[in-house]
Amino acid sequence: MKGMSTIVKTIANISFPLITIYGLYVIAHGHLTPGGGFQGGAIVASGLVLLAVAHGTDWIESKVQEHDLSILESLGALGFIGLAFVGLVMGGAFFSNFLVNTGMLFGEIPVNGAANINTGGTLPLMNFAVGLKVIAGLFAIVLVMAIATNKKEVE
Amino acid sequence: MMNQRNILAAAFLTIVAVFLVFSALFMHPFGEPTSQAMDQYIIDNTVEETGANNGVTSVVFDYRGFDTLGEATVLFTAVASVVMLFRRLKK
Amino acid sequence: MIANIPYLAVAGLIIIGLYTLLFKKNLIKMVIGITILQSGVNLFLITLGYRMGSVAPIFTGNADNPVMSYPVPQALTLTSIVIGVAVLALMLSLVIHIYRHHGSLHVSKLGGDDQ
Repeated sequence: MKGMSTIVKTIANISFPLITIYGLYVIAHGHLTPGGGFQGGAIVASGLVLLAVAHGTDWIESKVQEHDLSILESLGALGFIGLAFVGLVMGGAFFSNFLVNTGMLFGEIPVNGAANINTGGTLPLMNFAVGLKVIAGLFAIVLVMAIATNKKEVE
Repeated sequence: MMNQRNILAAAFLTIVAVFLVFSALFMHPFGEPTSQAMDQYIIDNTVEETGANNGVTSVVFDYRGFDTLGEATVLFTAVASVVMLFRRLKK
Repeated sequence: MIANIPYLAVAGLIIIGLYTLLFKKNLIKMVIGITILQSGVNLFLITLGYRMGSVAPIFTGNADNPVMSYPVPQALTLTSIVIGVAVLALMLSLVIHIYRHHGSLHVSKLGGDDQ
């Protein structure tokens, strides 16, 4: 499928980094403000679909294959399960929050509602894993459908 | 229009519609939920036990993490099925 | 009866979705009917956890203790929305394959024995 005119391509090139930064902000601050892994992943995936619509699927297919997206999605799912198993080893229960109230990476407890990003335990790490999975999954669905319905083939 | 299938479908839809409207009129009033023990415990103890300021995220990922695991599995299965359906046999 | 308007809206959405699924013969219209049914069920899940005059369950630095709505129904609705997206993607890819194989989207032309 061919792309659209030059004006549309230029505006899509300008908007794509801004949409990606906004989506990554919603993913990273999921334990402080409304949002989280699923919501931020949907925002970044819609920015990628904007780029695919403006430039055409021939250009996108020359940059990223479909099996790269499968690898990214599997990494996100394995990261989520891996964090649950590390909680089993270190805390005694499956999915236990083993980073809260210790001195390690995300270990503080917010005092009187002050918004500090160094809080939350394993919640920000799980947000990153689920966000990566949702980005790769939604973009793979749209890309596969767009390529398959634009080829005229004789069966 | 008046064959047997349409009459059966119209009867079924009427029964379900009457049941739904009567249930909606006789439910407990909007804004006063009945049982409060579990959610009150979660609201009181979220900041000390999980260290997060967002109540919904702490329920999704910490208090009810198994449901999020099931949802990630459903998403993975759907994406794998869609990609499998559109795959060509490469010669 | 005025106090129960959200539950009447849920009943209305479910009835519209069921009518579209039972009486329309186009495949795309049936898929839209299933999506409207899922929206009605999600709305029902959210309205179960509201308290009068409450705010969102986010802890800010305010010293007064506001009444907060319950976070558990909101978490269940989040899961339900994501599952709805996955089911919609699978249904649409099956409709594309049916159209490519049979050449038509009308239910009566899909083959099989009619009575």
